[in-house]
Amino acid sequence: MAKQITVNGQSYFIDLPDDVPLLWVLRDEVGLTGTKFGCGVAACGSCTVHIGGMAVRSCQVALADVSGPVTTIEGLGAPDTLSTLQAVWAELQVAQCGYCQSGQIMQAAELLALNATPSDADIDDAMQGNLCRCGTYPRIRAAIHEAARRMGEGV
Amino acid sequence: MASIGKIARRTFLVGTAAIAGGVVFGVYKLNQDPPNPLKPGEGEWPLNAFVVITTDGVTVICPKSEFGQGVHSTWAALVAEELDVDWQQIRVVHSPAALAYYNAGLFGMALPGLDYRRGPVAEGIAAFMGKAAKLLDLDVTGGSSSIRDGYTRLRIAGATARETLKLALSRETGTPVSQMTTEGGHVVLGDGTRVSYATIAPLAADVDPPRVGLRDPSTWRYLGRDMPRLDMVAKVTGTAEFGIDVRLEGMKYATVHMSPRRGKMVGFDKSKAQSMPGVERIIDLGDGFAVVASNTWLAFKAAEAVEPEWGPAPYPADTASLWAKVAEGFDAEPHVVARDEGNADRTQDGTEVIAEYRAPYLAHTTMEPMNATALFKDGKLTVWAGVQTMAITRDNCAAALGIAAEDVTVIVPFLGGGFGRRATPDYVVQAARIAKEMAGTPIKLTWTREEDVARDHFRPAAMARMRGVVRDGKAVLYDAHVASASITLDAMEASGGGAPMKDKELVGGMHDQPYAIPNFRVAAYRTFTGVPTASWRSVGASYGGFFFDTFIDEMAHAAGADPLAFRLDLIRPEHEPSAKLLETVAEMSGWGSALPQGTAQGVAFTYSFGTPVAQVIQVSQRGSGIGIDKVWIACDPGVALDPRNIEAQMFGGCLYGLSAAVMGEITFADGRAEQSNFWDYDALRMHNAPAFEVRILQNAIGLSGVGEPGTPPAAPALGNALFALTGTRARELPLIKTFDLIL
Ligand code: FES
Ligand code: FES
Repeated sequence: MAKQITVNGQSYFIDLPDDVPLLWVLRDEVGLTGTKFGCGVAACGSCTVHIGGMAVRSCQVALADVSGPVTTIEGLGAPDTLSTLQAVWAELQVAQCGYCQSGQIMQAAELLALNATPSDADIDDAMQGNLCRCGTYPRIRAAIHEAARRMGEGV
Repeated sequence: MASIGKIARRTFLVGTAAIAGGVVFGVYKLNQDPPNPLKPGEGEWPLNAFVVITTDGVTVICPKSEFGQGVHSTWAALVAEELDVDWQQIRVVHSPAALAYYNAGLFGMALPGLDYRRGPVAEGIAAFMGKAAKLLDLDVTGGSSSIRDGYTRLRIAGATARETLKLALSRETGTPVSQMTTEGGHVVLGDGTRVSYATIAPLAADVDPPRVGLRDPSTWRYLGRDMPRLDMVAKVTGTAEFGIDVRLEGMKYATVHMSPRRGKMVGFDKSKAQSMPGVERIIDLGDGFAVVASNTWLAFKAAEAVEPEWGPAPYPADTASLWAKVAEGFDAEPHVVARDEGNADRTQDGTEVIAEYRAPYLAHTTMEPMNATALFKDGKLTVWAGVQTMAITRDNCAAALGIAAEDVTVIVPFLGGGFGRRATPDYVVQAARIAKEMAGTPIKLTWTREEDVARDHFRPAAMARMRGVVRDGKAVLYDAHVASASITLDAMEASGGGAPMKDKELVGGMHDQPYAIPNFRVAAYRTFTGVPTASWRSVGASYGGFFFDTFIDEMAHAAGADPLAFRLDLIRPEHEPSAKLLETVAEMSGWGSALPQGTAQGVAFTYSFGTPVAQVIQVSQRGSGIGIDKVWIACDPGVALDPRNIEAQMFGGCLYGLSAAVMGEITFADGRAEQSNFWDYDALRMHNAPAFEVRILQNAIGLSGVGEPGTPPAAPALGNALFALTGTRARELPLIKTFDLIL
């Protein structure tokens, strides 16, 4: 009894038990590995994706509960069609090992969708669930501010 | 672990004979290039072990694991600088495991004497020693050694490739080499004709590579600049392939639960798990078990349903008994007295300062949990795994499966963090063993985060007993005694290789500090707790930096001196580049100027891995607790090849150190680590991480690494700032035990 989900505009029929988290559906079943496993307990943010535009921890959403279209990092922009946020991220060389960055970017994308000009305090609030063991926080902050500026100017 | 044993025995020879003139190995063998291991495919022409010309550009072969330090890009820039190719034409791929990729940089550092005092003459000896790494087949990415290793070798590889191409074209066309230039992946003839490298490369196979000189740094176009990192676009689009992302046709997904007490598995009941959805196999691994399923999460769930019975731990079962065991280290004679100047036993007039410090066990918690993919087929093994050493991975897998090393292929994708953890390839060996049980089927082993913490090889706990005397505002005696485990010797002995060396890394960040103190002793005591340990970003200096510099701060206060001026006075006569760094952070941070109420600054300095680093940290009392406001960092790697990347390593290294300093601690009960995931082993996050300002100076001699040196000064700078704020001196990490820091 397969469940139908939409990921990055594509429809998939998934034949897995209801309680399998979306994270493992995406990674092992759909084959989209940009979304990362870091903790499995909602403590790191590596697995962040959007469901219906809202940032969620995909390790905490059971397959049966996927209630809207899913967007992953691959859906935000590909190497030759970078979103503004990704372009700024690359330009400012935010990533170090890069492992947490899909989650960071998906979280930042939601923040900017809800708040076009986030303050440092807004960034602290929105981003503190996303851990980065390489310590890229200063550049994440700078990239969010810069992306906000460019998006505001319609660049 | 056969290979480490071999290394141990050979290392003895290196230590005694090789440096004396190649008696054992022969200079010829040391200088001979290992064979080029590259097997070209269609449209690929390797000119040496590092440079492959392809139809659409140049592929640079990098034996260094990329875990965020940007080594792939700097490695490429070193080649491009001499080869004259455009940045867009360059691709970097990780090398195979092969002798050609020995790490000369790592070995060059393992010399007797004090690193910071070594002049340019000794650089030659270091290079010679480095070549011994080739005979040992050491290919570790670690010790902040990559760029030391590649700095000359890679530029020579680029220059040789360039001149080889010119010679090949000259032979073909009759145009003398002197009338050729190179640019953007082309050889340009006197009349302006451009011939692409790809056109010439097929003709170059039998050209004898000429001897070449290197370009003067004043003409550099790539080196010394902020280069766009080659892996950046992949890492912002989710298309970078980490070990955990490897996908193979017909692949199955596995996880393991190994004994959290690091002993045997006495028995296990798998009846419940066996019938759970997706489960294919449950395998007894002796000290744990593996579950193979059709999906990683289904494997996780089934593994939780298995009921294992774990045997006892081969080490004291709780934190208090472990500390007692560490303290026992002081009862024996020192393992090594790493520095002994003047007479530390003679009584000195002045004010005596005495203190005891502790630093706890730490986990690495790389963002990407340990994982490896393996396929065993027709008696041969292929593994895809983020590791920091290919040679040891290959040898350990071969030994575990009882096959020859030649029958093991190691492929290294991107690493989601290393920090020293991925130099121990236990997880790859597990994947290999599971793959052998499932011959013909590729399996991907993924550890849960809980497994990743429970089965880490920890930064060892360490203890220091310090005695100092200050007189007339100056230090006249510094006597440090440190007890900790020897990561290297423990590993060698565990492999049955014996360990006939002294390990000065036990006092990393302590004996090699450029301080002019007339009576100066640093003694190391080896502890034997039995807890598995490993390098952790900056190794011995990760605790040694805290012990050494915090005690300097205590002495400064006892002397009634300004802490920064006190350090400066002692450092200036020993190492001018380090003195400049202290002056620089003083200027950057406005050191000594009036600060707002409830705000304070602390300074720290550590010389490690050849790179001196000074940091000033500012803290403030806020409504919700004490916050870390800002860090000013000044460092000196000698030559700054990619400043923006060095800046990232400096603040990243500092944050790694600060996370541990604030809250990092692994404790034990019932023989197991008590922490299990980020909820109880956390790190700094966006809201409690400080702002940074980094300045890079280039006064030091030579060139040194930057991946680790940003870490050691972080803990003492923070502790010293907290002392300035509160008047309380914390002699134990993490600092959250003493201070109300914002979590
Ligand atoms: S993996 Fe989902 S929050 Fe960490
Ligand atoms: S970039 Fe490595 S964990 Fe964030």
